[in-house]
Amino acid sequence: MSVLLAITAGVLFAAGLYMMLRRSLVKILVGLLLLSYAVNLLLFSSGTLTPGLPPILPSDGGLGLAASYADPVPQALILTAIVISFGLTAFAVVLLRQTYQTIGVDDLDELRNTDGLSEPDHSLDLDEEIIERCEEEECP
Amino acid sequence: MLIWIGAGFVLALFAPWIHQLLKEKTGWILGLFPAGIFFYLLAQSRLPSLTISHPWIPSLGLELSIRLDGLALLMGLLVSGIGALILVYGGAYLHGHPYLGRFYAKILLFMSAMLGVVVSDNGLLLFIFWELTSISSFLLIGFEHEQPSARAAAWQALLVTGGGGLAMLAGFIMLSQITGSWSIQVWLNSAALVQSSPMAGAIFWLILAGAATKSAQFPFHFWLPNAMAAPTPVSAYLHSATMVKAGVYLLARLLPVLGGLVIWKTVLPVLGMVTFLASMFLMLAQHDLKRILAYSTTGALGLMVVLIGLCNKIAVEAFVVFLLAHGLYKGALFLVAGGIDHAVGSRDVRKLGNLARTMPITAATSIPAALSMAGVIPFLGFIGKELVYESGLSIGNNMILMVALILANAIMVAGALWVGWLPFFRRKAQLPVEHGPSTDEVGNLLHENSPGFWLPPVLLSILTIGFGVIPRMIQPLMGSAAQSILNESFSFKLSLWHGFNPALFLSIITLVFGVFIYFAYGWLEPHMQHLFYRLRRFGPSEGYDRAIDHLKRLAAWQTRLIQSGYLRRYVLMIVVSTVLLSAIAFLAVAPSLMKLPSRQPEPLRFYDVILVGIIITAAILVLRARSRLATIALLGTIGYSIALIYLFYSAPDLAMVQFAIETLTVILFVVVISRLPKFTRISSTPKRALDILVAVMGGIVMTLLMLMITSNPADSQLASYYLANAYPAANGRNVVNVTLVDFRGLDTLGEISVLVIAALGVLALLSLRSSHSSAPSPDNLPPSGKLGSRLIHGSIILPVAARYLMPLLLVFSVFLLLRGHNEAGGGFVGGLVAAAAFMLYGIAVSPQAALRLLPIQPRILMTLGLLISAISVSLPLFFGLPLMTGMWLSNPLPVLGKLGTPVLFDFGVYLAVIGVTLLILLSLAREEVQK
Repeated sequence: MSVLLAITAGVLFAAGLYMMLRRSLVKILVGLLLLSYAVNLLLFSSGTLTPGLPPILPSDGGLGLAASYADPVPQALILTAIVISFGLTAFAVVLLRQTYQTIGVDDLDELRNTDGLSEPDHSLDLDEEIIERCEEEECP
Repeated sequence: MLIWIGAGFVLALFAPWIHQLLKEKTGWILGLFPAGIFFYLLAQSRLPSLTISHPWIPSLGLELSIRLDGLALLMGLLVSGIGALILVYGGAYLHGHPYLGRFYAKILLFMSAMLGVVVSDNGLLLFIFWELTSISSFLLIGFEHEQPSARAAAWQALLVTGGGGLAMLAGFIMLSQITGSWSIQVWLNSAALVQSSPMAGAIFWLILAGAATKSAQFPFHFWLPNAMAAPTPVSAYLHSATMVKAGVYLLARLLPVLGGLVIWKTVLPVLGMVTFLASMFLMLAQHDLKRILAYSTTGALGLMVVLIGLCNKIAVEAFVVFLLAHGLYKGALFLVAGGIDHAVGSRDVRKLGNLARTMPITAATSIPAALSMAGVIPFLGFIGKELVYESGLSIGNNMILMVALILANAIMVAGALWVGWLPFFRRKAQLPVEHGPSTDEVGNLLHENSPGFWLPPVLLSILTIGFGVIPRMIQPLMGSAAQSILNESFSFKLSLWHGFNPALFLSIITLVFGVFIYFAYGWLEPHMQHLFYRLRRFGPSEGYDRAIDHLKRLAAWQTRLIQSGYLRRYVLMIVVSTVLLSAIAFLAVAPSLMKLPSRQPEPLRFYDVILVGIIITAAILVLRARSRLATIALLGTIGYSIALIYLFYSAPDLAMVQFAIETLTVILFVVVISRLPKFTRISSTPKRALDILVAVMGGIVMTLLMLMITSNPADSQLASYYLANAYPAANGRNVVNVTLVDFRGLDTLGEISVLVIAALGVLALLSLRSSHSSAPSPDNLPPSGKLGSRLIHGSIILPVAARYLMPLLLVFSVFLLLRGHNEAGGGFVGGLVAAAAFMLYGIAVSPQAALRLLPIQPRILMTLGLLISAISVSLPLFFGLPLMTGMWLSNPLPVLGKLGTPVLFDFGVYLAVIGVTLLILLSLAREEVQK
């Protein structure tokens, strides 16, 4: 399973990186989320994967199977990470929302400075634009 | 001596205020300080060499070591004596100038630094003072900093001398490596060791670079004439009498160490002679008094380098005498030139004349200085010239050298007469050129300058005559200086008349030739100027300009490349460099760490495989998703699947939090979705391919990293400690929760602070009223009052069910909070579930209704939560216990169980999470509804 998990985390990380390299504004958010999933899995695997033995001590006060419980420390760290990344995601969403509301452009290559976007400077474009706008029906 | 230098720096600091206080008399009063140093040094000359040493940074070898030997005394007397005169002169010359206070400060700064250079006995200390002189020279050249020419000249000087200084430091470091010490005394005594080392050549060239740049040797000479943009007192002090001598001082100081090298004896004379001749020829093309003097200074420095290069006794004697003579006459001539400039308003030699009548005192001081420069008996310069010729004659194969010397000296004679004789005694003058302060309306000069102008040069000229006529006065000084250069003792006799020897004969030839050139000025100057104008393209000055230009263009290019402004470029570069570095790290450790997990792999269960399959499929589909809603749904799928993985692998708290957070994230996206742009495909295929490649490499790095981590499990004592102590010490059986609120409570406190900050950020962003909202709403749906009805389009199941579900959920959230310490649950999950409950109501009914249901506003709720957590953490302080000690009530309460500060902390977390989440989500929802 750890091998499978490693592959999964790799795929998620790759997907997240790919999304972060896109030009569309919203895809950055998606990339961020995918990256945080991958990293949480990474942290999770640092405590060895133990099925069926949550680190909750039995009610008689003894230690029970303390030696073979799952490692509680990475779990605590991941919990912190998940909650904080939720805060980060919320902030990023609102930031992108306000940016789009104010500037009205969703192409990152045009967001090179905040001096007002009067004329996009096409002389420095890195690639030709192939623009396919979504059809009205496909993108609600 | 150290105290004098330190006092100099302090005085420099206060000089502007002293100037404000004393106004007119500042120059005279401040001049007393260097005069004091001068007399102190005179007193020291009777005694044997003074050596003091204090450690400063022993680990670097830096010590405050001072050594006052003959050479240091000579230079020190020059620096302090002329310094005193310059302060007086500067007060008169710059009278009324707004920056005069700064002038005093900078001059004093320079003087202290220069004194430091000549007396320091530690290589590192010498370097520090050396650079200080470069900096103060920069400040002084750029004195009139509103003039672009002054700024450019100052930069040029700084860059050239600074670069040389760095080379010198490298040479010093090598010397310290070979000899094992930074003390110059040690270096001087280790000559054999240094000269036999393979680094000797490198050391020579590096130190030569330092000396050549500072003393304006060819090809670094171009900064000195340009430095004439500085006011005349500065030119007189720094760029003729003292600072530029630092380079030849360095060579003289290190002569015992490096003098035996063959390259020393060949390169230095050649370099010096080339400089001397080139400067003299360049001087022929000048018509500005100061520039003539500047080129003659570089020429004289070249001559001094020649003498040091010859490296025998007579040459060293010539060196010390010439050093002093040059300092005296060049300083005087510069001051005279400044006086002329001040009086008449022009420095153009082609037009000046007839000034002797109205400026008698200035004329009277100018003549001895000029004649000393020309090497006429009975001035000190004559003795110097004689000794120079004698040292030239003392070596074999000297034909070329002698011819060059005669030629160059002849031009020097002419230069002396142009500057010192011509302006005063030429009959036909082309004045008035401009009005000066002492001219009448027609432009005729009225009167002599004020004493501040002529007193300093008078003093210098008196010394020039006096030392020339009675050289025995300076014999001990010269003798000890020469002896300290050669690091051996010998007897030294200085006399005015050496008899009818070949040197005298050569001097006479030089004089005649020189006078001849003097009269040929009218023809020479325009032709030479034309010649050098044509040659300028190949000169070092042009080379400097081009180098600076290229440097600027390189800087602009690389900035455009790396800081292009495109966010994606930055991300790409970050990812690529991380991947590369990780790849290198992997390759370095790969054999030892890359192995498959050593533990017996558990049997793979089919739902593990299914879950992994779901996640991977969803991730790949996200990349291809065309619509925003599809993306959100896929992300939710991934999130829930990961939560299931957590659940299957013994992390119930984690799984619950993940479920809740995922739900809230989906809600967040859905609420905002109408305000975000639609997806478009913009990038071209090659770009896409590159991105895919980079992303895949990143993924591989991540996978390898995880494999490495799992196959090399860290032996953590932490887990066993927490498991063993959770119940006895922290009264909790849910070890994860105990870790969060007790063992690692500070992390959690930081975490909720971050949440609060994020929520405040969201609030701030949302309250920005943008002046132009140019984005159209991509969804062409009419705004309506209820969010719920917009999304649900009229179903009544959700609003009705929500009304019943919500209280249940709230009870459940409290249940989770209370049981969290001993079973799966906790403040985080509880808070998230409660927030979800309110959001459910908000979606089903309306956000305002949900807000109305809250007894306390989310803003206050989250602050309250943070406050409660902070109090629970700091409460032990009031009882004298360390921060965050868990304090428990002894008897457990019936429903709530054992109560203590960690439980309170968890409660604070609960409130904070509810407050933050509702603040963000409800504010966003309300924005949607209001639009």
